[in-house]
Amino acid sequence: MSSLNKSSFFQIFLSYFPVLILFLSVFNEFDFNYLNIDYFSFNFVHILIFYWTLRSPNHLGYISIFVAGLINDVVIGIPMGISSFCYLLICSVTGYIRYITLSPNFINDWMSFLFTILLVNSIQVIILDLILFLEVDYMSYLINSVFTFIFYPLFFIVFNYLDNRILIQQND
Amino acid sequence: MATGRDDFVIAFRSAFLKKKDKQKFSLLTLIFLSIFVIILGGFDSKVIKIFKTGINEIIYRSSFLVSIPEKKIKKINLQIEEHMNLYEDYKKKELELKKLKEQKLSNDFLFIENQKLRNLINENINSKELLAKVLIDNESPYLKSIVLNKGSKDKVKIGMAIMDGSYLVGKIIEVNFTNSRALLLSDLNSKIAVILQPPGIQAVATGTGKTHGGIEYTKDEYRDEISSLEKIVYTSGLGGMYKPGIPVGKISTNTNDKINFFSDFSQLDYVKIVSYNIGDNN
Repeated sequence: MSSLNKSSFFQIFLSYFPVLILFLSVFNEFDFNYLNIDYFSFNFVHILIFYWTLRSPNHLGYISIFVAGLINDVVIGIPMGISSFCYLLICSVTGYIRYITLSPNFINDWMSFLFTILLVNSIQVIILDLILFLEVDYMSYLINSVFTFIFYPLFFIVFNYLDNRILIQQND
Repeated sequence: MATGRDDFVIAFRSAFLKKKDKQKFSLLTLIFLSIFVIILGGFDSKVIKIFKTGINEIIYRSSFLVSIPEKKIKKINLQIEEHMNLYEDYKKKELELKKLKEQKLSNDFLFIENQKLRNLINENINSKELLAKVLIDNESPYLKSIVLNKGSKDKVKIGMAIMDGSYLVGKIIEVNFTNSRALLLSDLNSKIAVILQPPGIQAVATGTGKTHGGIEYTKDEYRDEISSLEKIVYTSGLGGMYKPGIPVGKISTNTNDKINFFSDFSQLDYVKIVSYNIGDNN
């Protein structure tokens, strides 16, 4: 295990892990849809972008996020550019929070996340429904936002562990 | 007060305009770029169309490859479920088969009679079928659609019907060179002309964004009259997009016009792309 930790491939893999997961999840629409639970859905990409751009922005570049948004639009079949715009809005909120926060803590992050996903989903609904005249289910968006908010602590723990591992690897 | 506003402006500038160590573009540039992409997508130019088709081709193929493991998990999940319910299913199917054999005899007669009547009024319905594999079936909570491996090179056109066996599933809404996207009947933006049998009332079946569909544009007096009946939903053929009589789903009694589609949209592996040519023999 210690030899694995020291391998350069593993180090590179870990440092690119957030980008890799981001692209995997937009290509795959990772949201446990196959469980076929009624009304259950959450937006993993929103959690991923929010955490990494807030806590460790050097591991997730804005261009990757922009491209991931374009891919997401093509995969789910909505007009191109909408997801990119929404993802970059999350980045702008995290950028702002990062600047005004001296000592980051989980509860503040979690509450800011709620505000962010509500803002982003509202903007997405406005663009789709009121500007592009595509019919959308408001309830789906609301439920998706609630589950995304609930799942944040779980992924926070996982990402925090990964972030620490990356930091240890880089300092080795 | 002024200091507070200054702080906000500085934080805003830092978030939007400053490039971090590894960032090549500022956030504001990329936000403007994405707005530009949204606006550009609205134009109906040939260059944009070709560019879009190219991007779609690459992304659909990549997404198909990336989603192979998830599809495997889905299949394993389904197989386990099927194994668990094997005996119960067998007994149910045995009963169904007996009923269907009886029904087939009378249906054969009706089919021949129907053909004779169509010939009498010089009406014929020709159809061309094309078998397609489902590349992506990631049903997002917002849009219900599937991507198929047949495109303009196989003469697929926008508006063609998608069938799962003899059941209607949706229609083609986007065509690329080697693949196409079909909107499922369950999508909120899907609306098709149907007929409810019995009692033979024309209506519009609409998607709900969930696994079932709904009925729109029937008069309230009809609605009260038929709510106690179990109804089969067929395409009415109005609008000329589909032939009349394709089974869509079933409405059980007192379910507020909730259509349970005959086809399970989450289990689509192969579908038929069908185009109909409805006209008279002359």
